[in-house]
Formats: sequence, C-alpha cells, structure tokens
Amino acid sequence: MSKTPDDKHEVETTGHVWDGIEEYNNPLPRWWLWTFYGTIAWGLLYTIAYPAWPLIREATPGLLGYSTRAIVAEDIAEVSARNAGINERLANVELAAIGDDTELLTYARNAGAAIFRANCSQCHGSGAAGVQASGYPNLLDDDWLWGGTIDDIAWTIAHGIRNEQSPDSHWSQMPAFGELLETEEIGQLVAYVQQISGQEHDAAMATPGAVLFDEQCSSCHGIEGMGDPVIGAPNLTDAIWLYGGSEERLTESITYSRFGVMPAWSEEFRPAGGLSPYEINALAAYVHGLGGGE
Amino acid sequence: MVLVSGNECPTLAYHMSRTKPTWLNRATASVLICIKEVPAAVMREPKSEQKAGFRLMSSSDNESLYAAREPVFPRRVKGPFRTFKWWIMAVTLGIYYLTPWIRWDRGPELPDQAVLVDMAGRRFFFFWIEIWPHEFYFVAGLLIMAGLGLFLFTSALGRVWCGYACPQTVWTDLFILVERWIEGDRNARVRLWNAKWDIRKARLRLTKWVIWLLIAVATGGAWVFYFTDAPTLLRDLLIFDAHPIAYTTIAILTATTFLFGGFFREQICIYACPWPRIQAAMMDEDTITVAYREWRGEPRGKHRKAEGAELLGDCIDCSACVVVCPMGIDIRDGQQMECITCGLCIDACDDVMDRIGKPRGLVDYIALTDEVAEREGKPPRAIWKHILRPRTVLYTVLWSGVGIALVVALFMRHEIDVTVAPIRNPTFVTMSDGSIRNSYDVRLLNKHGEARTFRLSLKGDPALRVQLEGSPYESVEVPANQQLLQRVYVVAPRNSDPARSDRTEFRFWVEDLTNGERVFNDTVFNGNAQ
Repeated sequence: MSKTPDDKHEVETTGHVWDGIEEYNNPLPRWWLWTFYGTIAWGLLYTIAYPAWPLIREATPGLLGYSTRAIVAEDIAEVSARNAGINERLANVELAAIGDDTELLTYARNAGAAIFRANCSQCHGSGAAGVQASGYPNLLDDDWLWGGTIDDIAWTIAHGIRNEQSPDSHWSQMPAFGELLETEEIGQLVAYVQQISGQEHDAAMATPGAVLFDEQCSSCHGIEGMGDPVIGAPNLTDAIWLYGGSEERLTESITYSRFGVMPAWSEEFRPAGGLSPYEINALAAYVHGLGGGE
Repeated sequence: MVLVSGNECPTLAYHMSRTKPTWLNRATASVLICIKEVPAAVMREPKSEQKAGFRLMSSSDNESLYAAREPVFPRRVKGPFRTFKWWIMAVTLGIYYLTPWIRWDRGPELPDQAVLVDMAGRRFFFFWIEIWPHEFYFVAGLLIMAGLGLFLFTSALGRVWCGYACPQTVWTDLFILVERWIEGDRNARVRLWNAKWDIRKARLRLTKWVIWLLIAVATGGAWVFYFTDAPTLLRDLLIFDAHPIAYTTIAILTATTFLFGGFFREQICIYACPWPRIQAAMMDEDTITVAYREWRGEPRGKHRKAEGAELLGDCIDCSACVVVCPMGIDIRDGQQMECITCGLCIDACDDVMDRIGKPRGLVDYIALTDEVAEREGKPPRAIWKHILRPRTVLYTVLWSGVGIALVVALFMRHEIDVTVAPIRNPTFVTMSDGSIRNSYDVRLLNKHGEARTFRLSLKGDPALRVQLEGSPYESVEVPANQQLLQRVYVVAPRNSDPARSDRTEFRFWVEDLTNGERVFNDTVFNGNAQ
C-alpha cells in the first residue's frame, strides 16, 4: 500500500522512470483485493472438501468423499452392465457365422482391437505385423501355421502354442538338425528350400538337397514342402517366413530348430489375467478381420 | 501493463485536443488507454482549466480508482434515428426469437428445423444449406466477413454497430422501454429513484423486474432452441424433463441479460467491452460520427430575451441532448469514449431547433474534416464522399471477395466425399504368393438423403488392384447422411514395379453409381524396396 499523497496531489510512484514516464504505485482496487481474499478462502475450503494434502500413505480424503478411482469404477461398472447383453450373445455365438450379424461383428472387432492392444501387442506389435527377427508371427498376412479360419484362431488364442498350461495347446517340434546332419548337408537343404520358395539358389547344392529333404523333412513339411496346418508344419514354398527366408536365417532354423511359444489365454488355464469366452471370440473376430483370415 | 503517470498522459491528451482535434487519430488509441479514468475526455477546450484539472486529477485526489455509477434516466425522444432504432430492434429481436421456430422439410432422415446447430449429429443446418464438420471453413469465412464488415462500417460510419445493432444496445433499449412503461418518463423515474421505499415504489420496481426477468428468460430460452428441435425442447423444458445443460444455459443467459440490460447498461460498453477501444484505432478524419457544431452553438445561453442575447450561439442550453443520452454524457463536450453514436441527441436537438426556428443539425452526423472546413466557413462535403474513399473501398472489396469465394465454394461442394488414410503400421504386408499389400482406411461420405452405392477404383500403376475388406465387390453401399469407414486393400503382384519400389503414387476414384458424380483422393502405395 502506498502512502497518502502529499498536498501537491501527487501520487506515490515506484521510482521507475522510462523516457520520463513514471510508474504509479497505486493501491490495488478493492474489488481486486476481495476477489484475491476470496480465492484464498476458496482454496482452503477446497482442500478441506476434496482430497488434497499429501500424507505418508495417501492424501487427506476430504469431507465430500470424492475419489476419481471410485468414479472410474462406477463408469466401468455402468458400461459393463450396458454391454452385458451383447457380451452374452458374443460368448455364445457360432463364430463361423458371426458375419451374418453386422452389429455383433462390429462390436466384436472393436472390443477385440482393445483386447489386442492390451494383451497381444507386446509380441505381435500394435499393428499386428509381428516381429520376424524374433519369430512373432505377422497376423495380417494369409499364411497360418495352425489354420486361419475364425474357429482355428479362437482355438489358438484360448490354448496357446507349446505351453504347459493347456493340455490342448498346439504342440510340434522340429529336431535340431545340427545334431543329425553334416554342415554341408544343411547347406544343401537350405539351397533346396530356397529353390522351392522361388528364391535365388545354388542349383548344384539344391539337387542333393532335394534327396535330403525327401528323407528328412517331407514327413512333416510334405513332399512338396507345402506344410500342414494340422501339425503346425510351415509351408516352405510361399513368400512368408516366420524367422526369415535368407540363407543365413534358414541355416540357423535347420541347425538349431525353433521353439516359439504363446500362452494359453483362456481364463480356464489362466486364473489371473485370462480372457473370458466372449473376449476370446472378440479377439478372434478382430484378428480374423485383419486381412488374412480364411 | 505499465500505468502511465496521470500527470503525463491526460495532459498529453489535453494538449492534443487543444492544438488539433485528434480524437480520431490512430494515436488516440493508445491515449485512450491511459485516460480510461477520465470519463469525459475532452475533444475541445474544456470550459475551464479548473474543471479539466479536477477531472484529470480526480483519480489521484482521493486515491480511489473506483467511481460509483451515476444513474442514467434517458428521456423519451422522437425522430428519424429513434424510429430507425425501433425498426432495427423489431427486426433483430424478431429474427432472434422466431428463427428457431421456422420449419424446413428435409425428408424423414433429417431434422425439419430451418436453422439448427446439431452438436450431437455434428451438422449445421441453415435452410437449404447443410454444413458438415469438415466444412467448418464456411463458419470461419463468415467470421472473417463479420470482422471485415465491422471494419468497413466502423471506418465509414464510426460506432454504428454500437449505436444500433449491438445486442447490448438493443436489449438495453428494450429494458428502458419497459422501465418507461412501468415507471414513467425521465422525471418520474428520477423522482422514484430519490423516493423512500414504500408500497408504490416496491410495486413498480417489482413489476419492472419481473417483466425484465421474463424478457431475460425468453432471451436465454431462445438461444437453446438453436441447438435442438425447438418444439420438443420447449415441451421438455415445461415438464422439467430437458437436459440440465439446457437449464444451465438458460439460467446463465437469463442472468446476464437481466443484469446487463437492467443494471449494468452503459457500463458494459465503457468498462467491459473491448470493441470501442479497437474502434478508436479504425476511425479517421473522414469517419462519420456524432458531433456538436460548437462553432455554431457557442456561446450557449438560455436567456434569449436578455441583453446581449444576439451574441449567443444557437445552443439554448436546454439539455435535451443530455437527458436523452442512454450513455449519460453531454455530446457538447465533444466526441468521447462513451458515445455509441446512436443519434438520439440529434433527434432531440433537431426537435428543439425546429421549435425555436433555427436550422437543424446543431448536433449532427459529421466527419472531422467537415469540422475543420466549417470552422473556416466552407461547406461540408457530402456524406457519400466521406464514405467512398480508398479505405472503405478496400474493405468492401475484401468483404465481397470472401463472400464470393464462400458462395462459389458452396455451389462447388460435392454431395459425396472421400478421404483416405493409409495404414502405416505396418506400411506393407507380404502375402504368401509374394504380392505386396497396403491397407487404407477410406472414409466415404454420402450427404444425400438416401443410401447410395459408391464404386471404388484407382488410377495409377496398372499392376495395382483394389480389394474391399469383407466384400468381393468393388462397390459398397453408404447409408443416407453418413460417413462410412471402409478398409480397402491395394495389392501389387510379386516383382511388379510398385511391389519393388519404395513409393508409388496413385489416385483413388469414388463414383456415385446413381448419378455418376466422381471425387478422388491422392495417396501412396508403399512397396518392399529391398
């Protein structure tokens, strides 16, 4: 607050002068001060009414019992109650015919997308393109190790691959041929596999490789190398490689074999964090609709 | 903000006003900021140094920056400007209150309200025009036109917006009309103001406030009708079944209308509104504004039969111009910040001039250059010559340019539209036969009131093929008035050019099979360049 001005009607100044222009040191207007006091009072009352002061374990709860967590829980409960009917329908739907019910399919794909982001994107990527270097399958293409119909996909999600949780999980294992064949033989096999998948290859190596393939590999991958989704044997003639189709990567795969796993996601096998039947169906509908579903 | 010393700044304004009347100069804009506390900043020489000094120093005298409001009791006035204002009030309020009730048939799928801002449906309906969210530039264009229009009117006619069309002015006028109707004209109102509270005063005040409140409720109520179907909302409001937002909006607008129109009135213009300050910078020497012909009126005097009366000017100091002023100022002090140039003082003064047999126009719409000319005994320039000058022509050209552009854009709009968002995660997928596939989120917009079938095709590298997700066909039905999100795949065969190159540009074409209307969107195909 400034002093009362003297008899010359001069207002107290701050002493700041710019180009001969002085700055007033007037008192703040009354309305401004009262507004300011009001905000202080409001602030104090607010901290009493609402959670505010941080203590060691948690903040003071506030007299009104306001809690954002409780509000979120309420909202979730409300939405779950609203969705209960359609979730029930989704849990019991004949998956192969889900396309006939546009509303249910749209709901399933949207729900599935959310479930995918929360549970699957860690390995398969948020765009579902997988990671070839680590052997996480690309779910966008039209090549399926264990079948690409919507029912096949739902089964794979529920039971997983090569796990101990579900007795029905997909299970197959290729021997590590490094213990069975000579390095040169493996090189010949690689050349042959490159040949049947339409890549550049060493023809002289591929000819003995064909004989070796017939002896060693055709029991699972088939005489033509087309694979078999029933036993999870990959098709070696197409352009899609789970672990890469280069000479180096093929040599690695044949020498050491591969053993990719996926957990069983059904809540039947995963009491904590498992997915309910409607969630699995939603996820299957989403993955099936990504562009490669059969 | 740096507050300039009171001694410096008003003196500056005062000197400027003495040497040359510069109240309209661009420089005045900055001066006006510092003379805010001097309500009647003087354009011409004040009556006495003493008075000017008192006014200019008043804020520092008692150290208070607060000045209590002087109540204003405008007297009834008749004349062309008053009549014009009544018409403007009737038209603007009529438009405001009645527009939501106009019906407009758009078929069964769409609302039948002529003017509707449909927030939930994300549409703006204006008679036959329908604006979608992506066409919001029309609203931006209208706002630019409104801005340029204000520039034009302000540079040509001064604060004509404030005086005639501003909602604050119109509603205040309406509230004063009610006040006069209940409590009587100026003198009766002044007496009532000064009277002690008794039954009569309480009755009159309550009646007035209730009518004000009803107008205010109607004002707030009319606003919400623009945002949803008016008849439905009115019914819901009356049976207390409307959305809380509707009630809250009405309550807020009722409160602001009641307070602004009934009690704050001219204070809104003087203290709250930024527009008057901006206007000062847009006026110049040719701007038409309300002014007092001081060289004709002064020296003023009442006693026309007294000795020396022949020396007096035309002003008989009857205060008619003062008592009709809704802003509570004396126009004879010169053009001032508070003046909204409503012209009521002109009507009042012309009436008096007619009665005493003097020519009209002692208070008149004139420009600053006229003042200089008239002081030198030359005739003033015609009003249209003031208005027609490069600046106003430029504003008109800009205003019309934006307007024409909007109209052209309005007629060039397609009834269908397409936007394409390529999926970047991943940019491409290798299929088992070695072909490369890209995915696109294609949004198909159908503004027709009926479902239409759209066919998708692409123009670009001949190797590229289109596939619609979940459909073996190239066409898809889009429901009426909706945007459909369709996932579209574009495939390049193994070893084709697009499959092997990094980026291939192409164009999606969408054709409405009903009328053959076509729209396109350019996008990119990503191949596997390794």
